[in-house]
Amino acid sequence: MSSLQQYIDLYRDNHEALDRGSAPLLNAMRPAALKALEGARLPDTCDERSQYTSVEQMFAPDYGVNIARVNIPVDIAATFACNLPNLSTLMGIVVNDFFTPTSTLVNRLPQGVIFDSLRKVATEHPDIIEKYLNKIAPQTDSGVALNTLMMQDGVVIYVPQHVELAKPLQLVNIFSSPTPLMAARRLLIILEDGAKADVVVCDHTQDDAQQYLASQVTEISLGRDASLGLYTLEEASLRTSRYAQTYVKQHDNSRLNHHYAALATGVTRNEFTVDLIGEHAESLLTGMAIGMDREHIDCNTAINHRVARCHSNQVFRYVMGGTSEGVFDGGIVVTPEAPYTVAYQSNRNVLATAEARMHSKPRLEIYNDEVKCSHGATIGQLNEEALFYMRSRGIPAAEARVMLMQAFMADVIDTVGLESLRDRLRHLVEMRFSGQAATCRRCSEPTDN
Amino acid sequence: MDKELDKENLDEKPDTSQNKAEHPDDIIHEVTGSEYKYGFTSDIDTDIIPVGLSEDVIRLISAKKEEPEWLLEFRLKAYRKWLTMKMPTWAHLDIPPIDYQAISYFAAPKKKDGPKSMDDVDPELIKTFDKLGIPLEERAALTGMAVDAVMDSVSVKTTHREKLAELGIIFCSFSEAVRDYPDLVKKYLGTVVPPTDNYFAALNSAVFSDGSFVYIPKGVRCPMELSTYFRINAAGTGQFERTLIVADDDSYVSYLEGCTAPMRDENQLHAAIVEIIIEHRAEVKYSTVQNWWAGDKEGKGGIYNFVTKRGLCRGDHSKLSWTQVETGSAITWKYPSTILKGESSVSEFYSVAVTNNYQQADTGTKMIHLGKNSRSTIVSKGISAGHSQNSYRGLVKVAPKATGCRNYTQCDSLLLSSICGAHTFPYIDVLNDSSVVEHEATTSKISEDQIFYCNQRGISTEDAVALIVNGYAKEVMNKLPMEFAVEAQKLLAVTLEGSVG
Amino acid sequence: MEYTDNDMSDNLLLDVKDLHASIEGKEILKGINLQVRPGEVHAIMGPNGSGKSTLSEVLAGDPAFTVTGGEVDFHGMDLLSLSPEDRSHEGLFLSFQYPVEIPGVSMVNFMRAALNAKRKYFGEDPMSAGDFLKLMRQKRAIVELDNKLASRSVNEGFSGGEKKRNEIFQMAVLEPRLSILDETDSGLDIDALRIVAGGVNKLRSDDNSTIVITHYQRLLDYIKPDFVHILYNGRIVMTGGPELALELEERGYDWIKEAN
Repeated sequence: MSSLQQYIDLYRDNHEALDRGSAPLLNAMRPAALKALEGARLPDTCDERSQYTSVEQMFAPDYGVNIARVNIPVDIAATFACNLPNLSTLMGIVVNDFFTPTSTLVNRLPQGVIFDSLRKVATEHPDIIEKYLNKIAPQTDSGVALNTLMMQDGVVIYVPQHVELAKPLQLVNIFSSPTPLMAARRLLIILEDGAKADVVVCDHTQDDAQQYLASQVTEISLGRDASLGLYTLEEASLRTSRYAQTYVKQHDNSRLNHHYAALATGVTRNEFTVDLIGEHAESLLTGMAIGMDREHIDCNTAINHRVARCHSNQVFRYVMGGTSEGVFDGGIVVTPEAPYTVAYQSNRNVLATAEARMHSKPRLEIYNDEVKCSHGATIGQLNEEALFYMRSRGIPAAEARVMLMQAFMADVIDTVGLESLRDRLRHLVEMRFSGQAATCRRCSEPTDN
Repeated sequence: MDKELDKENLDEKPDTSQNKAEHPDDIIHEVTGSEYKYGFTSDIDTDIIPVGLSEDVIRLISAKKEEPEWLLEFRLKAYRKWLTMKMPTWAHLDIPPIDYQAISYFAAPKKKDGPKSMDDVDPELIKTFDKLGIPLEERAALTGMAVDAVMDSVSVKTTHREKLAELGIIFCSFSEAVRDYPDLVKKYLGTVVPPTDNYFAALNSAVFSDGSFVYIPKGVRCPMELSTYFRINAAGTGQFERTLIVADDDSYVSYLEGCTAPMRDENQLHAAIVEIIIEHRAEVKYSTVQNWWAGDKEGKGGIYNFVTKRGLCRGDHSKLSWTQVETGSAITWKYPSTILKGESSVSEFYSVAVTNNYQQADTGTKMIHLGKNSRSTIVSKGISAGHSQNSYRGLVKVAPKATGCRNYTQCDSLLLSSICGAHTFPYIDVLNDSSVVEHEATTSKISEDQIFYCNQRGISTEDAVALIVNGYAKEVMNKLPMEFAVEAQKLLAVTLEGSVG
Repeated sequence: MEYTDNDMSDNLLLDVKDLHASIEGKEILKGINLQVRPGEVHAIMGPNGSGKSTLSEVLAGDPAFTVTGGEVDFHGMDLLSLSPEDRSHEGLFLSFQYPVEIPGVSMVNFMRAALNAKRKYFGEDPMSAGDFLKLMRQKRAIVELDNKLASRSVNEGFSGGEKKRNEIFQMAVLEPRLSILDETDSGLDIDALRIVAGGVNKLRSDDNSTIVITHYQRLLDYIKPDFVHILYNGRIVMTGGPELALELEERGYDWIKEAN
């Protein structure tokens, strides 16, 4: 039996309660989702696009779903006491799938900008939801349909035309539950023409012993000349599974700078699909993964050049230790309608222990000849020559190794558009490589730099 | 029988002399004057069994070849497995449905007994291979190449056998090997490509008709190039040949494979298996120039080329080099692969794949590193023109215990039209922390500056393309044995004819 | 630790005895004997492939080489038993013939890590950021190293001359007791050579020593050696004063090859 069935059954048995905890506009989307799930299945290792990660298995265990919307208290201060100490943001918090704005967020959000609960926005601004929600992600996809079926709330970030946000928005996702829990999370980011924003999203878990599963669907629409910096940090526990699907549509001359950092996790599968549908759009997709213990980190990208003169670049770096397993499956598709495309991809990986594993699959599909495309992938070790050079200058081997691993991540971190976040990432990476737990909530002091 | 004989082309023997390079014009003329020069059919009395596939057909094939019981069992087992399998769909290919019941699985030039000497071989047949430039006559000993010629389903003649036998080298048709060296065949058959390996391998294992068998004994360097020439002639037939090469300790052999087929409107199926076993310190060079009929400019007809080629570097310090120039076939599905089992074993894969018009190719290699300190190199040059789709697909896998391994892959695509496709699908799996795998790929179009430069020096655009493409593929072409290199160079040009507008 | 070969009376800084070393099973050093006292400058010359670079790398502790015999005493310590970083702390510095590029590691972080590791080794506190930057500025001046280079990744995108100057700059910061300059002159034009040699000379004192490994006499016009050794086929086959280098320049290496 497919693991989807238990959610379909759950929906059939509880759809009234589920609808009660949500908004009519969202409820109206469920029947179509249910239909899409008929006979569908989640990606499994027999699928070409998911050879090393079974989403099916991630969803197989019996997680609880908080349909009745019982309030679960969470000690936010304890969960991320020193998160981004030098970064001033406007923050919203999602506990499981409940959205709570912070007081600064409510008071200081510029006119017309929305950073709020999906459920609320669906009632207050149905036009936005009708125009964008489930219009960017493919409705036939089983993961998206499952999320639509089960979601009760979510987060909407909406920036009107020509509004440039001075302060980054920060969305903190926290898992907290006394029993194993699955949460269907939704994020809709709309930047209208000429809008500009930076968004930081970080995932945390309240309790390392508990099992959590996140179904995360993110839809992003970037209007003409819009510019979005999106920085996703995963700092979850080893018992957390995450199936994150991000879909982006970019119009003319829009810019996307998306960085994903897998700092700590259990099993994570990330699908990034970017459709470049306006000329001169630029997309930069970067990722870094630090694998330890038995972590499983999978990034699956598809950048689709659908019109002429767009520019895309993908840079992914993995350092895998312990018995962890890394997967990078990176795609570039250049359609016949997309001449003068420039598309690059680079995936470099270091295996730091004998039991760590890495699978890399960089793909190019090119259907016209006016393109500049290349990809490169390496799997190897730290440069022994550099290690000796550093030791010969007196730097102890362990420290030299950490410095080299940090350096290995340096060009990815350098792509992050917020300086204080860059500093923070460097610090977190250093801590992680030094063998210390790098999750924000455990580091007691801000960095000394 | 169709007769599409092009008199001019028939009289013209492929010229393998080296002085051609001094007169590029000659090559160009030759090239532009001929489309597919091997598209003739030969009027040979052929024994074809009725179309269709069943256990009875397999028994019939086995009986016709007077095979031992174990081989019939091998076939039937493969057939039963095949019935449960589905055609693979992962390749970047659009394969029309194939009616396996509409194919005849056995066609042989008629003969009373096997040819004992050259005089017993059907003169038409000798003429056919003469047209192809294949030296069947012993007087062709001067060319220094031993040839096994396979027409449709059977091997018709193997040359130089006696000379090779003096060194203990066995080079004969597969059927003869089954009859004369059953123990050797039984020992190695299906050990590298199991009958159930994949859909087409299972089909081949069920119905394979003939092919070549090579055995190089311990310590022997084969003094001449061994070559098999494959030719599909009869209409409505498929070709399912099987090649088995065994290189014992410290031996060396260079093996060439060439293929052509007549021009026909229908699609014909070719599903072959090549198995190579390489023992300690032995080396095998396997070169292919694949020039099956590719179909016409509208994409009508052409061979479906679904081939499983795999070598096992079983011994320490063994080496296998694959070189392929793929210009023909309507659809190519082919991944010559190496299992690097021996410590410090080495494998190379050098490939040029050219597609034009409506051709589709999904080709590459697999390098499976099982032995410590094994090394592999992959150089792939894909050239697509017209409406064609050309994909590189390759796997580099390093097993947990295969420490200290090294792979370097360079994989380039050249696009010659705005409507063709060039795709790259590398799979890299590394399961230990002392191996290094590197993959690089680029995609580019043919440089207009280079073409203009040639134009300015009086070289036509079409000739310039041929020149530039040959230069682009040089790294691979240089790996071919001399006899094939010139031929392959001309083939590239012919394939790309009319590709730049 | 016990020092069995501590010959204080002779006041040796470095004492190499019958050193054998190999790489991938191939023996490169076949019994090297060399003694260096404080304040001395030794030149080691020899044709390509004679083992000059191997000697310097073995002394610095490159794990690519295996020491198969002999011993090395470094001011009373068993050098071969020390890790590469401890050899550095104890005052051995190798100016590499081909300094490796380390993308992503800035020169500042690199030098700070090196200097503080040394201070820690001797039980000192890390240097303050201010003091460190002051030191860097001061030492940069010795080899006229551009400030811009110091802010870049280690050796990345440096020209040949800049790399060599960067080596001497690091030497200035780490203040070694024994500096081994491995073909520091190779690939340098005359101006760069003058700057590099000038830097080396500024750093010379009665306490520290220098081993100059070179193929040509040219560098020795700037850094005057007390002794010249000729290394050939893994052994020191001849030792003399500065005049030996001049003689070599005149007669070439074939003379050595014939004699051996």
